[in-house]
Formats: sequence, structure tokens, C-alpha cells
Amino acid sequence: MCGLLPGVLHLRSSFKMATALQFPANVSTLNNYNELYPDWTQREVSTGTTIMAVEFDGGVVMGADSRTTTGAYIANRVTDKLTPIHERILCCRSGSAADTQAIADAVTYQLGFHSIELDEAPLVQTAASLFRDMCYRYREELMAGIIVGGWDPRRGGQVYTVPVGGMMTRQPVSVGGSGSSYIYGYVDSNYRPGMSKEECLKFTAGALSLAMERDGSSGGVVRLAVISEQGVERQVILGNQLPKFSTV
Amino acid sequence: MATVSVCQYYPGGFSFENCKRNALLEADINKLGFSSPAARKTGTTICGVVYKDGVVLGADTRATEGMIVADKNCSKIHYISPNIYCCGAGTAADTEMTTQIISSNLELHSLSTGRLPRVATANRMLKQMLFRYQGYIGAALVLGGVDCNGPHLYSIYPHGSTDKLPYVTMGSGSLAAMAVFEDRYRPNMEEEEAKRLVRDAIAAGIFNDLGSGSNIDLCVITKGKVDYLRPHDVANKKGVKTGSYRYKHGTTGVLTKTVTPLNLEVVEESVQTMDTS
Repeated sequence: MCGLLPGVLHLRSSFKMATALQFPANVSTLNNYNELYPDWTQREVSTGTTIMAVEFDGGVVMGADSRTTTGAYIANRVTDKLTPIHERILCCRSGSAADTQAIADAVTYQLGFHSIELDEAPLVQTAASLFRDMCYRYREELMAGIIVGGWDPRRGGQVYTVPVGGMMTRQPVSVGGSGSSYIYGYVDSNYRPGMSKEECLKFTAGALSLAMERDGSSGGVVRLAVISEQGVERQVILGNQLPKFSTV
Repeated sequence: MATVSVCQYYPGGFSFENCKRNALLEADINKLGFSSPAARKTGTTICGVVYKDGVVLGADTRATEGMIVADKNCSKIHYISPNIYCCGAGTAADTEMTTQIISSNLELHSLSTGRLPRVATANRMLKQMLFRYQGYIGAALVLGGVDCNGPHLYSIYPHGSTDKLPYVTMGSGSLAAMAVFEDRYRPNMEEEEAKRLVRDAIAAGIFNDLGSGSNIDLCVITKGKVDYLRPHDVANKKGVKTGSYRYKHGTTGVLTKTVTPLNLEVVEESVQTMDTS
């Protein structure tokens, strides 16, 4: 569209004016509560979410649930939150659906351009840095928690996490989203360095199932992706095939 | 890299200058017991389904202003390009203008590329515009069409997030319509079955949601052909009154009659022809 530069996040100009408003206390705000239009027609779409990524020798395993909510309504029960950024780099998105989709589109463009300039596969750290630059620069306006995972020839499988606020750090295993709070204990006690690909897949599927069981904003199916030198392999674990932990 | 389009980029987004003044005015008006005019919303049930040969889009036809029906037969399925149509829920003006802007830009883009536009392009343009306005443009859209890569269906939310799915519903009646879809949707349906499914989903919205009503419009898009069925189903026909409420001549007695002639003389006479071509 005219005037819209690709690879740039267009939101600063309109938002600046909104933040300068001061409403008198007795006046209703822009989004009036109207019983004819229920809550979920006015709330923003959020990816609720549980996302996770684990490094292993030779690649990374990334996983996510598939629920997108607007308030209490599930807008999409089969969302794909594992978004490809480049041939061997994926990102897991959590937070506002609109913000993360816009950021991912912008970074995909920037990384593709950079890769053509270099004439070689981009580093995972570069992709993570691009996410970090955008999430930090617009930290006041955005609500996005992102986990970047991929494989490059220089450093092999890597996982970088870029939480809300715009920090970037490399971690061997990373969880994110509203459901992550419920599985920190499981992840900390069950992760061992040097796990194989199959063990990582089982570990990730187990952790996501536990989170989806307890977090209302996470659910649906489990989507997994394995990134290695050979490329990206994707799998889906349907609701009835999820690992069961409790017999209650 | 960038394609050529006619409109200029105006920096600044929305102007919020009058908001403070409006807020103070609203407080004063409320003290007097009146309420300020509300933006006309389309309440709405809109939905779409991908079937064997293409997509079927459906919409109700009621536009509400608060608790009053402002338009009993408004058209919510908007033209984007010959192979792409878009249903709109939310603020009526926003959906109307947003779809017109993208339709215009898409036509320029199509002339520039020399190809029929793709649904993914329309989706990108819509989501980038809505994201730029951070949700202040209240347009929730169901975008569907058929292009060189087959049939596609997207749902687009006011903040700029999109979902690509085989069946979608939006608007205040979306829960009722989604219930119908979740029960009866199958992949690769035939055209008649798909039309019946969409008709029933919209009917569920019309009869179970106060913000939706009147008739059901359908739009069937296949490769090379578009059937815009307006109305497809008149679900709510106005009933025939059982009694006649006209008073007979002479019911009201005339007490007095005064005739006052107004003496006007023609001073000047001129004729202005209208351009009726």
C-alpha cells in the first residue's frame, strides 16, 4: 500500500496522540459497555498461550498450543503459533495476536533482505536481534513475548527468548506465555542437558499438555516443530492423543 | 520493491483534538438527561465457508444505532475485486470505507502487476492498515475469494490480527453461527450443501442475537464466477395486519373553516437544466 514501507512497524504516529488524552473522571471511555455487544466483540485478540523451545545437539524442538482468545471466547482453536521467519528459523508468538503477527511479518522481511545481501543463511542470533530491536524500541506500545529458535551452520541449534519489554537472552530451554507459570517446576526438574531429539519431543509435549490442562487461555492441539540441518519437520498432537499425567 | 498506488501518505493517524471538548460536552448533556449520538454499528452475523469449488460468504442485513434498527436492509458484503469479496462487522462507516480503500488500492496493484489480485494480498493490505490504527478503526472482516492458488478465507480483527481458516464467523451473532458450523461443517462440501450451511448459520445469528436480523445475503465465489444473492432468504417477512385501522370519511366533525388566499405575483422566472446524462 502506498506510503507503507515494508519491514517497518507502522504505529507510532497514531498512538502518540492517544496517550496525551486526559478524560474527566465522570465521563465514559471510548469502548462503552453495551449489553447488545458482548465483551468478546470489544476485547483485543490475545494468543493467551503456552510456548516452549528446547535445544538439543543438532537442532531445536519448538512447541506451542493452538488457542487464540478474545476475552472468554476462543476465536481460533487451531492457531499455528510457530511462525516461519526463514528456512531454518521459527518463532513462537505469545501476547497480542495483532502485535506479534505484525512484528513477525516485519522481521521476516528484514531477515530475508539481509540474507539476500549476505548470500548465505542468516544466523539465529540475527533474527533474535531483529525481534529484540523492534520489541525494545516500541516496548510501550507492544505486548509481545517471543521465543526464537533455529539452526545455523555456525552455532548449530539455538533458542533465544525475547520477553515483554525487549530483553534478549540465549537459553537451552525456554517457556513463555500465560500457561508457562504452571510448568516452571516440571521444566526445571525434568530438563537434562544432552537429551536426544526424541526425548526433547516427549519433554516438550508433556510440558505443554500439563500447561494446557491448567491454563484456561491455552488449549486445543499441540503443534511441534523440529529444526535441524535437514530442515523443519512439523507434527500435530491432537487433543485425545496428548500424554496423560493425572488419572483424576 | 514497493508498488505504485495513487494515495499520498498522510502522517499523523487520527486527530484526537476534539476528544477533550466532546468529553466535557457529554458530561453536560448527561446532566440534562440526554445521551450523545452513538456511532452506527452493524451488530451483525457474518460468516464464510470454504467448499469444494470456492467460498460462500454470508451476512444478515440489520444495522443498529444503539437499541434502534437504523437500516433493515443494509448490504454487508462488500466488493474488493472481481474474485474477492469481504463481509464487514463493527462500525458501519469503518467497514465501508476500509473495504473501499483497499479495493481501490488493489485495483491499482492489479493493473501494475498485470494479474488477478490474490486474497493474501488483500489480507496483508487490510491487516497492515488496521494495525496502523491500533484498533481505533472498528472493522471486523471476513475476507474470502478465489485466486490462482485456490479458494481462501480469512478473518480479520480490528487490531490487525488475521486467521486463515476453512470456516469463520464474526460479529455479535458469531457464537450462534459458529455453533452451527462446528456441528455441520465438513471439508469439500458441494455448493448446495455449503449454501445451506451458511444460510442456517446466519439464521441462527438472526434469531438468537438481538444485534442481527432481517434478511440473509449470500455471495458464492468460484473460479471465474461470482453469485451475489441479495437477498438469498427473506427470513423475516413483514406480517399482514389482521384489521384495518383507517377511519371513515366524516369521523371527525368539522367545526369551522377559514380560507386565507395568499396573493403572490411572479416576479422572475428562470429555468436551470439538470445534467441527467
